[in-house]
Amino acid sequence: MLRDAGLVAAKDLRVELRSRVATNQVVPFAVLVLILFAFALDPDRGILGRAAAGLFWVTVLFSAVLAIQRSFAIEADDDARDSLRLSGLDGAGVFLGKAAAVALELLMLEAVLAVGVVVLYDVSLHDGALLVLVCLLATVGIAASGIVYGVVAAGLRVSDTLLPLLVLPVLAPVLLAATRASEAALATVPGDAWPWVRLLAVFATIYTVFGVVAFGPLLEEA
Amino acid sequence: MTTASRATRILGVATLASLAVTAWLALVVSPADVNQGDAVRLLYLHAPTAWLAMYLSFGVTTLASILYLWPRTRSRLWDLVAGASAEVGVLFIGLTLAVGSIWGRTTWGVWWTWDARLTSTAVLFVLYLGYLAVRRVPADPLVRSRRAAIVALAAFIDVPIVHQAVEWWRTLHQPATIFDERRLLDPRIHGTMLWTLLLSVVAFTLLYAWLLIHRVRLARMEELVDDRELADALAERRAEGAAATSAPDEMPGLVPERSGAGVD
Amino acid sequence: MGLIVRFRSAVSLLGRFPALAGVDLDVGAEEVVLLHGPNGAGKTTLLRACAGLVAIGAGEAQVLGHDLRHDRRGVRRRVGLLGHASGLYDDLTVEDNLRFSARAAGHPASAADAAMTRLGLDGRLRQVRVGRLSAGQRRRTAIATVVARRPELWLLDEPHAGLDAGGRDLLDTLVGEAVSNGATVVLASHELERANGLATRRLLVAGGRVVDGLLGADRSDQPDGAENKADQADGPVKQAEHVA
Repeated sequence: MLRDAGLVAAKDLRVELRSRVATNQVVPFAVLVLILFAFALDPDRGILGRAAAGLFWVTVLFSAVLAIQRSFAIEADDDARDSLRLSGLDGAGVFLGKAAAVALELLMLEAVLAVGVVVLYDVSLHDGALLVLVCLLATVGIAASGIVYGVVAAGLRVSDTLLPLLVLPVLAPVLLAATRASEAALATVPGDAWPWVRLLAVFATIYTVFGVVAFGPLLEEA
Repeated sequence: MTTASRATRILGVATLASLAVTAWLALVVSPADVNQGDAVRLLYLHAPTAWLAMYLSFGVTTLASILYLWPRTRSRLWDLVAGASAEVGVLFIGLTLAVGSIWGRTTWGVWWTWDARLTSTAVLFVLYLGYLAVRRVPADPLVRSRRAAIVALAAFIDVPIVHQAVEWWRTLHQPATIFDERRLLDPRIHGTMLWTLLLSVVAFTLLYAWLLIHRVRLARMEELVDDRELADALAERRAEGAAATSAPDEMPGLVPERSGAGVD
Repeated sequence: MGLIVRFRSAVSLLGRFPALAGVDLDVGAEEVVLLHGPNGAGKTTLLRACAGLVAIGAGEAQVLGHDLRHDRRGVRRRVGLLGHASGLYDDLTVEDNLRFSARAAGHPASAADAAMTRLGLDGRLRQVRVGRLSAGQRRRTAIATVVARRPELWLLDEPHAGLDAGGRDLLDTLVGEAVSNGATVVLASHELERANGLATRRLLVAGGRVVDGLLGADRSDQPDGAENKADQADGPVKQAEHVA
């Protein structure tokens, strides 16, 4: 299973490397969203600084939807889904590989966005290690649940509109938890971040397990 | 053909009767609340729909989805029950949110607040709307059922996480004086109000059952129509085959005298 | 030796459409079976069913000893399907695609390299993205993915389409080599002149069923009239040895 996961993750990342969709399209999109928030929320009233953590994570969520759609669009190329099924790869391995690839792309995106938020919204960092931990856990949760719902929506004619409807409500608690914990890390709202971190860990674990079990059967259905 | 039967007619009458009695109790007999005035009467509608939706409807959807996915108990019936229960559940939640909103307007002065219960309920609403969307997607019916069942499970897993997260975040909901299910028998609920509430729960449960049975039967009938169409399609396909066999394409490689003579 | 493929009254639904409406088919080891018939007859679905990609709703279906009604996944590593679509990742190079394909099937990367050489995809072409290849080159790459997997059962859907004369000859040679190495081949084609030369048996597929697809003892169960037609199809096609 892990060997298969490695193969699939490498393949997905290699596709990204060659096509550069995430770097050329998703990252600029994310930065654009940050800028749009500034237009909407009037930078002079100090709202941006206080809302920075929330805006960061909302942007990450929207970008994640794009990244997940892209992950499955790769397989739609000339019916590569069939060849993925035929390949003999273990379903659980494919899940872990795809989720790992998306998670890595999201982490790189978050790094860029973090710089963006610091620069554009003028916030300062209080506890860097906490922020990194929050990002890691939240990203794993987002990637795992995203790939599960991604395969549910994949291959359907309406997949582009169905995926956000399915995955964003599920990610609502991740948004809540990540924002509260990030706020503690940014010290805009001092508070105990640990319950939130635990919630993120639980979410990530549950959806990773769910994905390992459910992805294979879901990929089967044409 | 109709989805009614003796059982559902009896059930229907019982539902109507209990709803009528509830309405009478709620609107006429039970007292107005000391603090909330007459607005409290809305709660006889709001609370049962809330509980039924969240626990009964979606519980049934989840259970039916599991039964559908489990190989030993797999049956089309479970898929239909899961879908029907979710539809009724979404209906009830919509009703809960609407009535709750009206009640909130009259007592708290706002149409909406972001407290824990309300927010969780709203997220739940959208989660199950997503489930219903999956059920309606144009795709192979078996594929669709299987995916829907898995989405139901994933949604169910998410529910406690949503509750916990939102609970930690805000806790301003009706501070559980009268309508906290844990304290149903708390002396703070006065006699008639308690009975009205209990009766309304019974009435809405009957309503749920009635709606569910009719909806499942309707879905069953839709499937029968599909099966009949399938049988027709199968017959047509085979006829097409027979026609082609008796007049095959010109086949190069056959000895020339045979072309045309090789068919019956 | 056991049958490589054994279908009895197999029904397969695509949505509500019965793509396979009761298929009876036997394929013995090292045979090359040609499926022909009108468009929409179910040839592609039948090949995909043998690859374990399509669910069998009724009847029996076994391929390489795997019961397709209960376990479609186990058979996939052992077959190679060449479909209409190439199943390749357009953004990756020929080499990336082939290496992924070979390693996914459990073979070392050297199997991919050997396949590329065999199909004339060496040198400069290895590093070209599949999206930039010509249709013929893509076809060759797709064939190379099948070769790299070294399958026991080859399932080829219109394999000659899109290839130039040299490519077609190469494919025929590859099929011959595969069979002499113990593999079995089922192919669907409209190019009957070329395919006849390869095939040991030729079967008509129409209306989701196979005409006279059985070997041996079960042949007498065929629908009326069907036996006569296949018997009359002589000429360059070699008669199959009837397996008792």
